[in-house]
Amino acid sequence: MTDRSLLRVEDLVLYFRTSGGTVQAVDKVSFELQRGEAMVILGESGCGKTSLAKAILRLLPRNVHRYSGSVILDDMDVMQLDDEDFRRRVRWIKMSMVPQAAMNSLNPVLRVGDQVAEPMITHFDVSKRDAMTQVRRMFEHVGVPLDFVKRYAFELSGGMRQRVAIAMSLVTSPDLILLDEPTSALDVLTQANIMNVLKRIKKDMDASFILITHDIATSSELADRVAVMYAGQIVEVDTAENFFDEPLHPYSKKLMASVPRLRADQEPEFIVGQPPSLLNPPLGCRFAERCDFRFEQCSEEPPLMDKDGRQVRCWLYAKEYEKMLAREAGV
Amino acid sequence: MSDSTMVEEQAIDTEETGQHNGAMLQIRDLRVWFELRRFGFGRAGWVRAVDGVNFDLLHGEAIAIVGESGCGKSTLMKTILGLYQPTDGKVSVQGDAVGKLGSVGLKEYRSKIGYVQQDPFGALPPFMTVRAILEEPLAINNVPVHERAERIKKAMVEVKLTPVDDFLGKFPHMLSGGQQQRVVIARAMILQPALIVADEPVSMLDASVRVEILKLLRALQESHNLAVIYITHDLSTVRYFSERIFVMYAGKLVEKAPVLSLLRNPEHPYTHALLAASVDPDARNASSLREVPPGEPPSLVHPPSGCRFHPRCPKRIEGLCAEEEPPEFESHPGHLTACWLYK
Ligand SMILES: Nc1ncnc2c1ncn2[C@@H]1O[C@H](COP(=O)(O)OP(=O)(O)OP(=O)(O)O)[C@@H](O)[C@H]1O
Ligand SMILES: Nc1ncnc2c1ncn2[C@@H]1O[C@H](COP(=O)(O)OP(=O)(O)OP(=O)(O)O)[C@@H](O)[C@H]1O
Ligand SMILES: [Mg+2]
Ligand SMILES: [Mg+2]
Repeated sequence: MTDRSLLRVEDLVLYFRTSGGTVQAVDKVSFELQRGEAMVILGESGCGKTSLAKAILRLLPRNVHRYSGSVILDDMDVMQLDDEDFRRRVRWIKMSMVPQAAMNSLNPVLRVGDQVAEPMITHFDVSKRDAMTQVRRMFEHVGVPLDFVKRYAFELSGGMRQRVAIAMSLVTSPDLILLDEPTSALDVLTQANIMNVLKRIKKDMDASFILITHDIATSSELADRVAVMYAGQIVEVDTAENFFDEPLHPYSKKLMASVPRLRADQEPEFIVGQPPSLLNPPLGCRFAERCDFRFEQCSEEPPLMDKDGRQVRCWLYAKEYEKMLAREAGV
Repeated sequence: MSDSTMVEEQAIDTEETGQHNGAMLQIRDLRVWFELRRFGFGRAGWVRAVDGVNFDLLHGEAIAIVGESGCGKSTLMKTILGLYQPTDGKVSVQGDAVGKLGSVGLKEYRSKIGYVQQDPFGALPPFMTVRAILEEPLAINNVPVHERAERIKKAMVEVKLTPVDDFLGKFPHMLSGGQQQRVVIARAMILQPALIVADEPVSMLDASVRVEILKLLRALQESHNLAVIYITHDLSTVRYFSERIFVMYAGKLVEKAPVLSLLRNPEHPYTHALLAASVDPDARNASSLREVPPGEPPSLVHPPSGCRFHPRCPKRIEGLCAEEEPPEFESHPGHLTACWLYK
């Protein structure tokens, strides 16, 4: 771990028990996050993005079948803590989350100011008054007018409610903020406003972010690095420059080709077929069935491989295969 | 209203509006206001959700309506569908003026328009199978029982819900978001409408499934010479899936233009703002802030005087924009902008 390293996730697994069998929602996920860095997690609906966030923050449903691996935050493996310690020392204090559809899950009978103050009051020994001072400071950061502290959620627009949810995740000054689809339900101007807010916070507060989304264009507004998930696994981790320029994994390439471009005449293409069921994912590469480059090797599961410092889970980038290609080219 | 008077009224409308020019939908000075009630004090005002909208939609044409949340897009659509009564002005589809129809006429009118609603996940009744969902509009419109299976099958093939037998018995929760949206589209298509109204048909779906569904709608439009109204706030998809774009702000259409004309030469400052806020994926986006006009969309109960965008407009002309409402100016043929800058 470098001294700027904040979070290291290793072989994180979260499986759910259902009547149909075991859902392998998060399957041996590993990645590292630096202080002040924003990592975007991209992937189709159902690939396990929210489950990954919940696994990191230990927000688990009842039907967990398996939960294992390590989540090392500031050199401490928080997976080793018991639930009480985790709640007291980690959640809100070190990491917080803006859950998917947060703006629709604010408490309707509490004034939004009181709601944002709540995590401070329950986790730190601060007076209501000091908490409200901090709430106002956060409202200022995220661009909520200060007199809104007295309002109720239903009196605010969707964009303002989302800002309130973000303010709530910041109020305890955590090192890491997980944002699950923070802009998906919002219109373009509100989206741009929220992304501006996040950019400012990232700069002013030196906070780290994990931004989960399937909106690829918007994700490029914040990303330092990009991780792509497919069927419960990470298939590529790359810098934003590399990724948005030309990703490596065949799935990532198709994902990028599906984004309609406003400023280029490039007809978007969809990815034929559907992701595999997480009940019984295929044994080899999980994307093979939809991949244009499939070959014999793909019936074996590829590991996450290093390609010039970029990570990709695809046999095309295996050393032997690259050598073979080079040989063929030479012949 | 008896059937014969309805026919007479239709005939008059057709004459007045000049059906022959190819417009399948005509909207004239449309206003849809909602009464705002206050306890004990009667009416407190009006929400002017649609406030003076005009346009023609041609046979087989796809238009997109873009604009911020709450600007009145869904209200406009629901009025076209006959779900809301116009407060003032006129909506007519192939000569039938909605608002003048009795219940029988309204039923027939609605059968000409297919509706793909905003939220695919709430659009389908959870306890009905795909077959029952698709049979319902046929039953309501008295399609003979022996024809129904064939019609259902045809609609499912058209939206690529195949093999048909695999899907007929399924309930919505057994389908992916994209498949559910296909069922919604199949249901909208099953009465062979001339117009499809799609309200944010893909906003809840993934990038790839979005493209798949939009391409499907586009293909249906072309093969059936369907007119399509596509409502969205996502300008990037509009480019590939419609012929004209209408930009809506606070109950009004502020710019109407062919797609490329609008994207290459946007005129209204609000259109500029929408474009500036929309990005293509690019790592450089992270190093700068987006330009967003200050403030929020105005109250529709007390809209600003003059041009409704003037309080947020960087190009506002003092002494004019706050006082007088701009009419539409046609800077190029077919490109209309309601803004004093284009006088
Ligand atoms: N509590 C649970 N019990 C059983 N299965 C679950 C549970 N929660 C999630 N799943 C399943 O796990 C898989 C991953 O779900 P998850 O919500 O993590 O996906 P996601 O990538 O966040 O999708 P979206 O983009 O739609 O939010 C899905 O197949 C989902 O149905
Ligand atoms: N049935 C109704 N009664 C009263 N007000 C309504 C009604 N329907 C809509 N409104 C109001 O009319 C305005 C326009 O709403 P509408 O749903 O048409 O907007 P929209 O452009 O579709 O927004 P979104 O993008 O969020 O779907 C809003 O201020 C809304 O609150
Ligand atoms: Mg999710
Ligand atoms: Mg709407």
